[in-house]
This record gives sequence, C-alpha cells and structure tokens, in this order.
Amino acid sequence: MRLKAITAAVLIAGLGVVGVALAAEDGTHEARAALMKKVGGAAGAMTAIAKGEKPYDAEVVKAALMTISETAKVFPDQFKPGTETGDKAASPKIWEDHADFKARAAKLSADADKVLAQLPTDAAGVGGVLKTLGGNCGGCHEKFRIKTE
Amino acid sequence: MFRRFVRFLLCLVGVFVIGGAVVYFITAPNAFPESHWANLGEPDLKNGEMVFWTGGCVSCHAAPGSEGDAKLTLSGGLALKSPFGTFHVPNISPDEKAGIGSWTVAQFGNALKRGVAPNGQHLYPSFPYNSYARMSDKDVNDLFGYLKTLPKSTNVAPAHELPFPYNIRLALGGWKLLYFNDEPRVALAANVDDKIKRGRYLVEGAGHCGECHTPRDSLGGFETAKWLAGAPNPEGRGRIPNITPGAKTVGSWSREDIANYLETGFTPDFDSAGGSMAEVQRNLAHLPKPDLEAIAAYLKAVPDR
Repeated sequence: MRLKAITAAVLIAGLGVVGVALAAEDGTHEARAALMKKVGGAAGAMTAIAKGEKPYDAEVVKAALMTISETAKVFPDQFKPGTETGDKAASPKIWEDHADFKARAAKLSADADKVLAQLPTDAAGVGGVLKTLGGNCGGCHEKFRIKTE
Repeated sequence: MFRRFVRFLLCLVGVFVIGGAVVYFITAPNAFPESHWANLGEPDLKNGEMVFWTGGCVSCHAAPGSEGDAKLTLSGGLALKSPFGTFHVPNISPDEKAGIGSWTVAQFGNALKRGVAPNGQHLYPSFPYNSYARMSDKDVNDLFGYLKTLPKSTNVAPAHELPFPYNIRLALGGWKLLYFNDEPRVALAANVDDKIKRGRYLVEGAGHCGECHTPRDSLGGFETAKWLAGAPNPEGRGRIPNITPGAKTVGSWSREDIANYLETGFTPDFDSAGGSMAEVQRNLAHLPKPDLEAIAAYLKAVPDR
C-alpha cells in the first residue's frame, strides 16, 4: 500500500517537473512561482503530519525534504542576468544583492539536507523542522519579494 | 476718513491675533493630567512583553540591520522615508540620558496615547500614537515596565529631516484636530462576542495594523471609509493588501487560516509571508494563540471593502 503511495507521489512530482519545463519559460514569473509552489506543497505535507491531520510517515517527510532541498538548489537559476524585468513580484534587490539571494537559497537546501541526515521521528519533530525551515522562507521573502496584491 | 481706516486695520489685526490665539489653544498639546497616571500599580512584565510584541516596537526602534536578541536594544536610528520627509527613529532604551530611562510613566503614557513629548511638544504621527491611543492604561504601564528591563543604548538619532511646512511641529495640532481620535475605527454589530472585542482592541490599538493596511489622504490621515482595505507600500514598491472580508485573497480565509498565518507565516496554500509583513508576523508569533484568534475574528467581522 505504501509502495503505491510513494510511486504515485514520485509520478506526480515527475509530472510537475515536466509540466514546469513544458509550460513555463525559464526566468519568468510562472516558472519561479511553479518552483515555489513545489516547496509550498512539501511544507503542506509536513504540516499535515505536524498537526496530526495525517499520520506520521517517514517516506512522506523524506520526500518533502528532498523536494525542498532540490528545488532550493535550482531556484536561483530562474534569476539569471537578463531576467530582471517582467516579474512584478521580484524585487530588484535580487540582482543588486545576488550573493545574498543565492546564499539564502543554498542555506534552505543545506538546512533541508541536515534534517534528511537526521529525520524527525514523530509529529512534534516535524513541527520543529517546519519552524527552522520556515525561518528561511520569511527571511528571503522579506528582502526579495514584492507583494503585488 | 484716515482715522476710520486705521481703526479698521486695528480691528483686523485684533481679529487675527485673537483668532491665532484661539487656534493655538485649540490645537495645543493635550496631555493627560498627572493624576490620570497615578495608582497604576506594579507593572506586569509578562503582559508588558506581550504588549511589546503586539506594538511592534522593535520594527522601528531597533538598530537598523540588527537581528535576534540584538533587536531588543532599542537604540533607534532607523531612517523612515515618507512623503513628508525622513523621520529618524529615536532611542527608547532605558538609558537615562539618550533614551527614556528618566521618563515617568505619565510621560510615556502621554507620548503613546496623546502624542505629546515630555517637553510638551506634539510628536509626529510617524510614531503611531493615533493607533496606540486605544491602548489601556494598564497595558501602557506594563509595557513601560517591560521596556525598562531591556538593554541600554547611548545612541542619539539625528533630528528629523522634514521640508517646510512639515517641519513646523506646532502645525501638528491642526493635524490632530483633523485626524486624531480614540474612537472605534468601524461600526461592528452591537452584540459582537468578546473574542471580536479583544481583536478590535488589538488591531485598532497596539497592533496598529491600519497604519499600513488603510489608505491615507494627501495629509497622511486615514481614509477611514476604507479601513484595512489596502494601500500602496509606504516602504517602496507593491501593495499592502486588503485584509477585510472583501479582499481578493485573504477574504476567503477562515478564522483558523488567519490565526495560523499570524502564528507560522504560512498561508492556507503554504505561501509564506514576505516584505514588511514577515517581521510583523515574527513579532505577532509571540502572542498567545487566543489573541491571534481574536485578531482573526475581528478581521472577519469588519466591513467588506
């Protein structure tokens, strides 16, 4: 039963990647948002466990953390030189302070990898993980993302 | 004929002098009397700390660029750019010379609730006393007690850089006549429950949410008919969103969604708070969950805009 769930998750994730590659051109708002939505989905899966809405499942936690780790690694590629305009939600600070932007993405990935090396074993542990990883979300969004309504 | 003209001129001068005196007195700083602040008792420091986080003091008064515990040293120095010039945020650490260490609770309370400085002058509403006016005297007393436990700083911020006519402090009396009050911001149903009442107290008072989320007119006063309906971002690009039940995004959120967002920074679809709201959320996350739920209840009860 679990194998089916994992297979389904992998397939859906794979479809998501293919979907992004086909649908959205690199460096556009759509491509960037699609990657962020993957991170959001992973956070959602872990939150459901932390809140007790879904039973603790090590495979789900692992898959979520791997999604976060991999997405964070490739996210800066969506902000290469030449993509500074056309996305109202992307602050010019991304390119003015590109080193900090890349460092924060790398930190999110590294933090996720650290947790993967020592997986939380229960709902409370997952809740703690969300708090630490969540700090990365807010910090980057605070500096680099513009609210457009 | 000449005598009549001189008499007329003298009458005109008299009218101006008397008129000026009347305006001066109507718009004079209106602090509470000392007796108002007597007998408040020992401050409750635990409540003071919660009021501290609701009021968001660190967001303006901490040294620019400081993080973590360093933020609790309220040395001031942040430069707040506005359509009226640049305000330099003062030191409110308990230092006796550079901060508020030698202030009485009356002086502190008059600053927060009446916008009057210890030297009797009007304060600029960049310090959001127009919202803090709704705080209870108890919360003010508790907050003052808590602030005095924080680290001292000897930093002195520069004076505000405001062009004419905004550099005339006296004129703030006129601004206050137009805009300053401690009345409820919106009409709610007569029988709203205690949770919504608590939410109103937090949002309209110490939370000062309207200072960003409500649009302003050309003199910087609230467009009260659009309470919490969103406004241009005062710190640069983009928008501060509408947070009434009529809002495009937040309008569909439940009370639980709102309370959870304030606690964790995550939206119902796991986006994450950004821009200036990221820090606000970090501050509010210190509050007990029932207070976050109260804020949520109030936001679902205000008029659709």
